[in-house]
Amino acid sequence: MKDSIFKTFAVAFGLCIVCSVIVSVAAVSLKPKQDENKQLDKQINILRAAGLVDAKESPNAAQVKDLFSQIESVVVNIETGDAVADVDTQNVDPKNVTKLPKDQDPAGIGSRPNEAVVYLVKENGVIQTIVLPVFGRGLWSTMYGFIALKGDFKTVANLTFYDQLETAGLGGEIANPKWTQKWIDKTAVDDSGKPVIKVIKGNVDPASPNANEQVDGISGATLTGNGVTKTVEYWLGENGFGPYLNKLRSGN
Amino acid sequence: MNPTMKKTFIEPFMQNNPVAVQILGICSALAVTTNLRTALTMCLAVTFVTTFSNIGVSIIRKIIPGSIRMIVEMTIIATLVILVDQLIKAFSYNLSKELSVFVGLIITNCIVMGRAEAFAIKNNVLESSLDGLGNGIGYSIVLLTVAFFRELFGFGTLFGFTILKTVNNGGWYVPNGLLVLSPGAFFLIGFFIWLVKIRYKELME
Amino acid sequence: MEHIASMFVQAVFTQNLALSLFLGMCTFLAVSKKVETALGLGIAVIVVQGITIPLNNLIMTYILKEGALSWTGIASLAQLDLSFLSFITFIGVIAASVQILEMTLDRFFPPLYNALGIFLPLITVNCAIMGGSLFMEQRDYNFADSCLYGFFSGIGWALAILLFAGIREKLEYSHSPKGLRGLGIAFMTAGLLAMAFMTFSGM
Repeated sequence: MKDSIFKTFAVAFGLCIVCSVIVSVAAVSLKPKQDENKQLDKQINILRAAGLVDAKESPNAAQVKDLFSQIESVVVNIETGDAVADVDTQNVDPKNVTKLPKDQDPAGIGSRPNEAVVYLVKENGVIQTIVLPVFGRGLWSTMYGFIALKGDFKTVANLTFYDQLETAGLGGEIANPKWTQKWIDKTAVDDSGKPVIKVIKGNVDPASPNANEQVDGISGATLTGNGVTKTVEYWLGENGFGPYLNKLRSGN
Repeated sequence: MNPTMKKTFIEPFMQNNPVAVQILGICSALAVTTNLRTALTMCLAVTFVTTFSNIGVSIIRKIIPGSIRMIVEMTIIATLVILVDQLIKAFSYNLSKELSVFVGLIITNCIVMGRAEAFAIKNNVLESSLDGLGNGIGYSIVLLTVAFFRELFGFGTLFGFTILKTVNNGGWYVPNGLLVLSPGAFFLIGFFIWLVKIRYKELME
Repeated sequence: MEHIASMFVQAVFTQNLALSLFLGMCTFLAVSKKVETALGLGIAVIVVQGITIPLNNLIMTYILKEGALSWTGIASLAQLDLSFLSFITFIGVIAASVQILEMTLDRFFPPLYNALGIFLPLITVNCAIMGGSLFMEQRDYNFADSCLYGFFSGIGWALAILLFAGIREKLEYSHSPKGLRGLGIAFMTAGLLAMAFMTFSGM
């Protein structure tokens, strides 16, 4: 075998060409399909949060499209609480953020987007369910999910986490429908618009006057539970979707 | 098929199994075996990559300059892995989320590199492809065995279908949580190696 | 502080690259017969992780990610999403930095080279290194976090192999069943060690 410099370069060059062609053809031709999958995955998560799809079902693309047509997406300016009409839901700039000072950042997210997309399920023009995107730090990871509120904008309709890396079997149980079901019909926000719902340590005492504002903790996952409480508190509070929810409540 | 070729193909199934005997490719083997679905996808991906990287390396074995041999093999493998990753992402998004980084780790899976270096660089295309396929299947046998026990006793299901109804869902079976976690996988592979060594006594130390 | 502490426990114990994610297993099993060599390899892994993960993070943020090239000011480049190239870039960066590290050590710190040199080539094909970078990409760490993560995950791997080697040295003298000797019992030991590391996840 002769290893001249020329031959080495020629082989390396030829190999690079062949490999790069294969890789780029695959990447470019499969990209639309991948983006579609990502979109579909996101829509299924929203439908699950809205209670239109059961946690165990995985509907196909056509069903998702059909179900999703019932949902209205609205871009909301988080600071003012107004719906932003001139920005398309696809074009919300994730880099347009506001840094949060430490005392206003219970969820540990560092900065929040200025605009976020919320999803409304309407029946005869009246909002039945509103799905709000939330995220915050748990014990190990940032947890991404949706909280859905009923038409009174105070009662929880559902809570789902679609992306988290908490301890499997302990904190990871926050993504288990068996646990998130416990949130349904609890009071998330009191009459003044203050978030009140809490994940407590141990089980809720049904006789307690606050029972309707408390959720059973997961044993062995106190810190993750605290993270969930703080995440929900932040996003439903005055620095999160609070202003928007207040406007909806007062009928604007 | 002549006897040597048959041997090349069959031997990696058991007595020269890449995972249990050659100690290759354990890295990515254990993490994806909590259920059969991900394990099967991983098996197909690895078998595909070993077979085609062996073919690729074997085709150009006579023109690869010695000085850049490793990097050439690495490039071929990485290309195939990217291809597999893109395909999985496009056609089965949920599986790609479950497999997370482990598809990417096929690049550093020592089976692929090990077979390219130990076999494909010296043998013709047909034999190399058989060797790659055989080793891919050998790897799959270990993975699927481990995944079978972990899913059955850890979740009470097989391929997601309920076999043993668990207590959580109103049945009688208390799932063995240890098998789902990492120590379970270590113990199962340990037992697998033990069995292979009992069957093929010459492998005992 | 809390953030750093949580990352430390996660990278070193609960998500330990070797024992909970099974990365770097081949070298983990092959180079753990003696405590001394295990220590050498462990240190080499810490160094390489500490270099490659932040480096790959920079490449990811400024070249490969969607919109990462917007700093060039060229509109057509700003839209590119090259993240499908991350595998091949990472492995290239790892191979290159290991090579450069080897040459630097050889030239400037010969005693260190003599101690660590033989382990460096092993590291290129160690999936713990590649895995560390891929986890960095998947978890979207920023630069500071990826520096910490690289360092901590290296420590976790080193700690695991060191403990494992200590146990294996003693195992040589034990009377385990014949078929289980060698690799079989090594796996069982790794399983027990993994159980010990897992207990930290209840925190």
